[in-house]
Amino acid sequence: MALTLLSGNEAIAQGAWEAGVAVGTGYPGTPSTEILENLVRMPGVCCEWAPNEKVALEVAIGASMAGARALVTMKHVGLNVASDPFMALAYTGVGGGLVIVVADDPGMHSSQNEQDSRNWGPFGKVVVLEPSDSAEALEMTRSAFALSEKLDIPVLLRSTTRLSHGKGLVEPGRRVEHQPVSYRKSTAKWVMMPGMAKLRRVDLDRRLAAAREESESCSFTAEELRDTSLGIVTSGVVYQYVREALPEASTLKLGMTFPLPEGRIREFASKVERLVTVEELDPYLSMNLKAMGLAVEDTAVPHIGELSPGKVGAAFGAESPETREAMTDLPPRPPMLCAGCPHRGVFQALRSMDAVVTGDIGCYTLAALAPLSAMDSCIDMGASIGTAHGMGIAGGPGSSRPVVAVIGDSTFAHSGLTGVMNAVFNGGKETIVILDNRITAMTGHQDNPFTGRTLIGDPAPEIDIEAVVRALGVADVRVVNPNLLKPTSTALAAAVAYEGVSVVIAKAPCALLTKDYPDPFAVDEDLCTACGDCIRLGCSAICRAKDSKASIDIAQCVGCRQCVQVCRYGAIVRTGRACDIGSGA
Amino acid sequence: MSVTTVMLVGVGGQGTILASDVLAQVAAATGLDVKLAEVHGMSQRGGSVDTVVRFGEHVHSPTIDPGGADHLVSFELIEAARWVHWLKPDGRLVVNNRTIAPLPVLIGEWGTPTGIEAALAYEGAIFLDAEELACEAGSPRSANIVLMGALSFGLSFETEAWRDVIARRVPPKTVDGNLAAFELGRKACREGACEL
Repeated sequence: MALTLLSGNEAIAQGAWEAGVAVGTGYPGTPSTEILENLVRMPGVCCEWAPNEKVALEVAIGASMAGARALVTMKHVGLNVASDPFMALAYTGVGGGLVIVVADDPGMHSSQNEQDSRNWGPFGKVVVLEPSDSAEALEMTRSAFALSEKLDIPVLLRSTTRLSHGKGLVEPGRRVEHQPVSYRKSTAKWVMMPGMAKLRRVDLDRRLAAAREESESCSFTAEELRDTSLGIVTSGVVYQYVREALPEASTLKLGMTFPLPEGRIREFASKVERLVTVEELDPYLSMNLKAMGLAVEDTAVPHIGELSPGKVGAAFGAESPETREAMTDLPPRPPMLCAGCPHRGVFQALRSMDAVVTGDIGCYTLAALAPLSAMDSCIDMGASIGTAHGMGIAGGPGSSRPVVAVIGDSTFAHSGLTGVMNAVFNGGKETIVILDNRITAMTGHQDNPFTGRTLIGDPAPEIDIEAVVRALGVADVRVVNPNLLKPTSTALAAAVAYEGVSVVIAKAPCALLTKDYPDPFAVDEDLCTACGDCIRLGCSAICRAKDSKASIDIAQCVGCRQCVQVCRYGAIVRTGRACDIGSGA
Repeated sequence: MSVTTVMLVGVGGQGTILASDVLAQVAAATGLDVKLAEVHGMSQRGGSVDTVVRFGEHVHSPTIDPGGADHLVSFELIEAARWVHWLKPDGRLVVNNRTIAPLPVLIGEWGTPTGIEAALAYEGAIFLDAEELACEAGSPRSANIVLMGALSFGLSFETEAWRDVIARRVPPKTVDGNLAAFELGRKACREGACEL
């Protein structure tokens, strides 16, 4: 087959498909989302979005128990959520091969923190593989299922943003169907209560010993001897930076980073004069090599953020190339809510109420930035509800300001329900706003249990958020269209005044879901007083013209009418769509 | 053969990802090794975006550092200024002569930057009005392909290779418009409007 240009995520999907994977599951999260979106298009695989990563992994475990090969995908923080089943999984081992893809985000392009998922290897006693480009991503994923079955241990395939969203040439192959092993009842293997788990823990050491042998013979691990005055142990995409920055250095590129191939590492160490590791985020290899008693030199390679060939080179004294002078004094360009985003109406109201807003993870986290500046916290998926309750029982924010939790529909499905139960159970008084924009938006429009469609696009029962919160015991529930500012403010004010847990469901589809927009609006310059009320919405379609008056970009305006409602002078008027210049194909 | 690096920068939603994919496919169709780096997710919501395409006999890293690009194509003026130092001193700079105000400018926290065009001209920029040329091609949303036409004039790939990939990669209904857009972008350079 000809070489094809695939992203790391596409290559992982292709590799899983070629290995005969029967079940794919996961929860969307940058940079992992496209793996399942690609796998679902391939024949013979049942793919599903789960409400969260814990459920996704449990589904994959069930598929593995049934004897099928299963793939589960998530971003780095997703494995925190799935860590409960994950930590028992090496004990039970697998039926059909089980591969967990975890995509790290060094540099936090789209995440709340940095995590080095290699640490899960020794922590969970799970085999870790690290591809260094798309071609290896395909081959490693393809072979990972058989490895998992052979060792009776799940495999964690660690990706990073630059692997997942980088593209390279690969040679796709054919699918080899996997014959599932029939399920056979074995309480000793699958029922992890103390009596059985103690025995499985001992057995796990035997399996890990076999894994260490596999690591010694892993075909993805490569020793490349060049100038032996410097030997670099590395893994993943960082290997590519090393080759680019220090082409003469000898390298030991590790394909399996747990268990480590101690024999091959010692052999490499014996052949080079200076031994160093180059790795992104944690000094995982460095600490392990030191524990092996090897003389590993410390380097100046940064341990924060994403590496690059230049950063690696600089740490080893390479001269940086001559560059042009950087232009300074430029306005920053942070990401922002889209023109016509329905979330804007809610945050506009919360700001005018001077609410303390405990936030959550999604597009709406952008409301923390100016000019809305209407969010006080963002910790993790589902945190908004618990933190609002905590502020409440601690006596509030130290003033009469209301505390409001804000959470998106997909995030609510992911981790919000338990927070509501906690609030009701413990007699909380907080207000919870569920921003129901009918989609998982930030990661690029994935369906969830509230949208009425599955990953494959089939219709699904549309779980009713209002009925869910009422069933959880919330008596005060209101549903509003957040594009209508006054009703939204009124509903929020009433909810905050309610003596108990109250929920406001702000329901309007994501502006990017809408295909047929009404005609855009324009500013009547004679009526505009340059008061700035519409500017403070922070809509990308509205800017200040040279005379400080507002001006609307009709190419961006989607006719949501929010600005019309904030304008006290009736200066924003309906217009015809004069030109249809978009912003790229 | 050494590695050639092209960097495409712009604003989330401008079509840089499709453009970079077209370029990478052209390089691959020519038999070269190719790597591409892009970022999805939060920055796509109107933030500053960059993609890197590298091709040659063998490419290691998908990413580069300041001073590493042979070609910089900016879909927007302020982004051209933001990224210009990523271009090699002898690199080729193609700039879409269009400003998209970033949030701090929209809300009046930051004045509209002035003198950017002159500064970029000093850096040797080749300016185009990609939106206008796209409209002329009858395909208003193909400004990104206009810019690929302008880029193509500075690369050695056959026009046919570009046309094949564009025809394969854009939505079927827009093939003719996009091919016309590519031609107009290329022609603008050929006719000297953007001679370096």
